[in-house]
Amino acid sequence: MKNIFKISIGFLMVAIAFTSCNDGKSSKSNSALSSSAAEKVYVAPGEHDEFYAFISGGFSGQLSVYGLPSGRLFKVIPVFSQDPEKAYGYNEETKPMLNTSHGFVPWDDAHHPDISQTAGEIDGRWVFINGNNTPRIAKVDLTTFETTEIIEVPNSAGNHSSSFVTENTEYVVAGTRFSVPVPQRDMSIKDYKGNFKGALSFISVDPEDGRMDIKFQILMPGFNYDLSHPGRGKSHGWFFFTTYNTEEANSLLEVNASQNDKDFIAAINWKIIEDYVNKGGGEKMATNYAHNIYDEETHTATSTMKKEVVVVDPTKVPGAVYLLPTPKSPHGCDVDPTGEYIVGNGKLSANLTVHSFTKMQDAIKNKKFDGDAYGIPILKFEDVLAGSVEQPGLGPLHTEFDGKGNAYTTFFISSEVVKWKLGTWEVVDRQPCYYSVGHLMIPGGNSQKPFGKYVVAMNKITKDRYLPTGPEVTQSAQLYDISGDKMELLLDFPTIGEPHYAAGCPADLIKPKSKKIFKLEENKHKYAVKSEADTKVTRNGNEVHIYMSMIRSHFAPDNIEGVKVGDKVYFHVTNLEQDYDVPHGVSMIGANTSELLIMPGQTETFVWEPKQVGVWPFYCTDFCSALHQEMQGYVRVSPASSNIELSWSLGDDF
Amino acid sequence: MKKSNIIMLIAAILPLGLFLFPLWKITLEAPQYPTPLGMYIHINDFSDANPHDIKNINLMNHYVGMKYIPDAIPEFKIFPAGILITTVIGLLIAFKGNYKWFLGWFILMLVLSAAGMYDFYLWEHDYGHNLDPKAILKFTNPDGTQMGFQPPMFGSKDILNFKAHSYPRLGALFLALGIACSFVAYIVGKKFHKKHLFMKKD
Repeated sequence: MKNIFKISIGFLMVAIAFTSCNDGKSSKSNSALSSSAAEKVYVAPGEHDEFYAFISGGFSGQLSVYGLPSGRLFKVIPVFSQDPEKAYGYNEETKPMLNTSHGFVPWDDAHHPDISQTAGEIDGRWVFINGNNTPRIAKVDLTTFETTEIIEVPNSAGNHSSSFVTENTEYVVAGTRFSVPVPQRDMSIKDYKGNFKGALSFISVDPEDGRMDIKFQILMPGFNYDLSHPGRGKSHGWFFFTTYNTEEANSLLEVNASQNDKDFIAAINWKIIEDYVNKGGGEKMATNYAHNIYDEETHTATSTMKKEVVVVDPTKVPGAVYLLPTPKSPHGCDVDPTGEYIVGNGKLSANLTVHSFTKMQDAIKNKKFDGDAYGIPILKFEDVLAGSVEQPGLGPLHTEFDGKGNAYTTFFISSEVVKWKLGTWEVVDRQPCYYSVGHLMIPGGNSQKPFGKYVVAMNKITKDRYLPTGPEVTQSAQLYDISGDKMELLLDFPTIGEPHYAAGCPADLIKPKSKKIFKLEENKHKYAVKSEADTKVTRNGNEVHIYMSMIRSHFAPDNIEGVKVGDKVYFHVTNLEQDYDVPHGVSMIGANTSELLIMPGQTETFVWEPKQVGVWPFYCTDFCSALHQEMQGYVRVSPASSNIELSWSLGDDF
Repeated sequence: MKKSNIIMLIAAILPLGLFLFPLWKITLEAPQYPTPLGMYIHINDFSDANPHDIKNINLMNHYVGMKYIPDAIPEFKIFPAGILITTVIGLLIAFKGNYKWFLGWFILMLVLSAAGMYDFYLWEHDYGHNLDPKAILKFTNPDGTQMGFQPPMFGSKDILNFKAHSYPRLGALFLALGIACSFVAYIVGKKFHKKHLFMKKD
């Protein structure tokens, strides 16, 4: 109790120190009396956070789960990168998840998570996230917080304007950042202009099981498609993509792709194209891409190579695609909760450009075109412009909305979050970021119903903000309270990898559906055992299969003899527990792979190829019980020429 | 039908509630179990309070050498038969008997219930004291004797890191109400009989 008191006093002092040191701008709302930042982010021991935040790991290839407002890290979900902690990509069951047309790719650059929606509101069923490097879209199931599906995106490169969902999760959309020859072929890089294509992929999502399938790809001119967001409400049925490098430069892009005064936002009416494709439109193109599915009942993933994709030439579908001139090299492409305003965050522009969906429709209706690009009509800038936020800051990147008529834009160069009003375009507040903020996230910010209580800013640089850890320092996020007129910085917290973007939602949407165990009776793994009586060891040539079980606090069997040098030994291990939070781990000395971390009711497999004669121990790697240290076993490895028969036992020597 | 016989009829039927609702519940609380472990005792079955509770109770208890809670015990055949037989007797009495028979049924039920409770106590005692000599964890009382882990018959008790609660459930209430009703039937029947005698004297 005394300690808690001391800590509280400590917090209070820190809070006072912070608020009182706040430069001349400090207002009444910053006084220690009316607010305490520490109090606002304090979630008492045993209490739960109000929001989940799913923050991308960038080059870590993973997705981290945080609580808001505490900024506490709960889980790192392995998505595109192998994870020895959970054996993802190491065990036999999940290796197929990382299969691609290029073979096994155990890493990717995870960028933009987005939570599934129903009727324009977040429904908390799945999170989608894109792999940028070897184009892939993954789906994470929010009952298990595990990656259950990954689909490779063919004809794409630098899968960056992804993975955003439409209002009813009809589609998760993936756009290419780098245009490439489609189909890929041997040609001179210098012939880029006019020949390369930018594929925008619409991946349908089954409303029941979430199964993904590439419905069609739109082959757009060879620009760079940077980010995208869906229309919503009145603009439902449209999708908007920012472009840069409309110059179609293929070298020194930092200069050569920054020459045009205006690039474009591409407005795609996907409903028209969907209709066109449903009626047999588009062309079936031969290709090759992987579709990997993890089955929760077999606890096993399968990878299937698909050979065909439907591609659509946008010039052949009248009324489907238009270009909205937008200054200069816009990054974020953000649609407000009403669906009326489309914000183009021109990262090299002095002003922030906002287009009007209503004006866009009028311009289309009245055919007010300003020429075309490769046959795609360009609308006149003045005809679609709703307004500009004048001189709001330097380097606008991304905007989200609070649902109360305000927008919040990050400025990378001036390192700040700026709050402005939709409709009047006036700046109402600004707060510094430490440092060089990229994207920001308001829970529900990409939906019709944002929960405008907090904004999380994700920074690119931290420098001196934390204790130093050598040349490589932590990445970080910052939490601001946006419930009042003025934003208030509440918290800095470190992140795993580079946080490119995040998705958040009220915890109550997900918490009640979170699985506690896998039911053993529903386990359909090919090598599962349902009880110790089922455990056995079999041999097929030099392949040895161990059907093993684990329960507090022993393996069955735990003594195995008859294994020989040169054998390929499969440990198929089932956790027989049916209690919440009783995983067991297993690892074998010298196995050229990771441990397994097996949840109650689950079966996982690792392979061990013993190279040395001897008696080799294995043990439980997760402190499971009071007798965890006793949870171990031995495998006797005999010479290849030995004729010792397989035998196995548990507890016989007593 | 006389009022007392109707009450007796209800008394005879009420114990059948044991076939619908659990008789008893034992709950084990510990910090690691934010949702406590629990087991219902029915007249013919043990069941989980939450899925897999009995399996998890067994897993916990094996550390101190306690036996697994059996899937079936002879009582699961004897008790239902006992209740069915006493119900039939009760019904016969309700239709044919007088208040003296009601008292007899009341006493019979009391005796049988007490026997049932004693049987339950014996099982609990054995469960809590007849421990595997190779138990992983062996605890002794301050006086050096082997520590037992018998759950309470009725009430709450601390057992190592667990707090055990043992209380009757709806099924037991039905039985108790049935027994009480038979006594009421006896009282009512007796009063009626006296009144009747008095009237006859007139």
